[in-house]
Order: sequence, then C-alpha cells, then structure tokens
Amino acid sequence: MAKIQLNGKKISIKSNFSIYDLLNKYKLTNKKVAIEHNGAIILKKNYKKKHLKHDDKVEIVHFIGGG
Amino acid sequence: MKKNIFKVAGKSLKSRLIVGTGKYKSFSETAKAITASGAEMVTVAVRRVNILDKKKPLLTDFLNPKKIIYLPNTAGCFNSKEALRTLRLAREMGGWKLVKLEVLGDKKTLYPNMIETIKSTKILVKEGFKVMVYCTDDPLLAKKLEDCGASAIMPLASPIGSGLGLQNKINISLIIKQSKVPVIVDAGIGTASDATIAMELGCDGVLINSAIANAKNPVLMAKAFKDAVISGRNSFLAGRMQKNYFASASSPMKGLI
Repeated sequence: MAKIQLNGKKISIKSNFSIYDLLNKYKLTNKKVAIEHNGAIILKKNYKKKHLKHDDKVEIVHFIGGG
Repeated sequence: MKKNIFKVAGKSLKSRLIVGTGKYKSFSETAKAITASGAEMVTVAVRRVNILDKKKPLLTDFLNPKKIIYLPNTAGCFNSKEALRTLRLAREMGGWKLVKLEVLGDKKTLYPNMIETIKSTKILVKEGFKVMVYCTDDPLLAKKLEDCGASAIMPLASPIGSGLGLQNKINISLIIKQSKVPVIVDAGIGTASDATIAMELGCDGVLINSAIANAKNPVLMAKAFKDAVISGRNSFLAGRMQKNYFASASSPMKGLI
C-alpha cells in the first residue's frame, strides 16, 4: 500500500500502481483527461510505464464549462 | 474594407460568435444554447476531475470536441506560471494548440494583468501554441501582443460577467484599425445589441458567456446573439450613412401638392 495525494485528496493505492491503473480505478481511461505527476505532465504513451510511489502528488484534469 | 471571411489561427469559421460554456444550469442547457447560437468555437476551462463522484457527467459527453472547436482558456489564473501550466495540460489532453490566454490581475474586477499576459504570450508562441489573448483595451498593449505573435487580440468591452457592454468604443476602434490579426471583443457584453455595436465597429467576432448563460431564457438569447452578430457584421460591411446635424427629408419636395 502507498499513500498519494490525488487532486488535493489523500488516497491509498496498491503498491506498484501505475498511472493507467489509477485512471482505471476512476473509470477515466477513455476520457479526455491530462495528468500531472509531481509537477510534470505525463504523456499518454507513458501511463502504463509510470509507477506511483508513496507521497507522490497526482493531478487529473479535464475540461469543464468556462468562459 | 475587411473581407467577410472569419479566419483565426488558420481556421475558417462561418460564425463570428464564440461562446463560453460556463454558468449554465446543466450541460444539456449548455448544449442547446450552443446549438441555437450557431457558434463553431466554444471556450472551456481546465479543472480537476471530481474523483469522489465517478458518475458525474462530463462536458465532453454533451459537446463533442470533434464537432465543435474547443478553445481551452486559463480563466482563474493570476500569473504566467499558472496559465502556462493550464495550457500545457490542455494541449496534452487532446492536442489543442489553439488556446485562449487570460491572466487576471485583480479578483474584484478580473482585469487582465498585461505584464504577465505579454510574458505568457511570448513563451506560448515559442512553444508552438496559437494564442488568442484576452487583454485590456489599450491600443499600445494590443499592438505589443500582436508583435509577440498573438493569433487574435481579445480586448474587454467591460469587466468579465458585468454585462456593462462596450465602454470604450474609441479604443476598440483604434485596436481594430491597427490590427492585422482578428480582433474579438471579449467580456462584458450584456445583451444582443451590445454585440451588434461591437460588430458595427468592425470587430472580427465577439465572445459571449454570461449574457447568454445568465439570461432568463439562455437558448433564446443564444439565438438573439446569433442574429445580432450577423446584423452587426452586415451593417459594418454595408457602411453606415453619415451623421448630420440637421434633418434631411426622405420624401422628395417635387410634386408636393
């Protein structure tokens, strides 16, 4: 188990969880989202390669209504 | 006279009306209003996904980004760093290079911080973005943005969401006359006639959000804006009559009984 901060909230994930696993957990794998991992943007092709560690900070963003 | 084709950042658009997607009661209302407006380009914001509610509907479920041009904005960003972070994420989300930059300087007026705006424009242009820039109605700063490579100049009519309409027609006219890139009046338009006035001045387009979303009937107001923008553009192209101090009778005097 590892604890990470996702969109400002502390969550627990299984160890060796990848970005892809995280997106899968929230049913976001086929949605238009972008990921920031510890301040760096992660390219889509690297979602499965990038594994999460304890205390990592992840942001998942999408488009919402705006002016 | 400017040609009657609206081209921004290499994209030709039939409608000169760009609409925002914020402040609507529901995504379904957003979609209906956008259809009624005839707009082909909509602004969208970048925000965190709500991870606590997996079933929450997404904007992309109602507005297909393949059918309508998404223009990601940096609303809510108060410095260059935040704005750049937002737009780089937007680009990664779906390959968007055409973006709307707005760097705000004051929470009460949401007036743009032009120093940070110019700084951000330079960096974004260097990174290959096509940047439409929200700005003050100062002609010198508008020129500066164009020199920095902005794809469109978007001066405010009045503060965002204020509905006060076009407050400085002279400055907007000066910006239109000097600009080689499209000038799109953004922010502060309150009702359809405000958009007509902006278009009559010779603006290339207008961007509307609150005036449609906050109307009692947003879908009908969206249609009103569609017509207002067309009317204003036609009026500009037709060329208005001269103003005279005295009356000039419309009926001939000859043959008067």
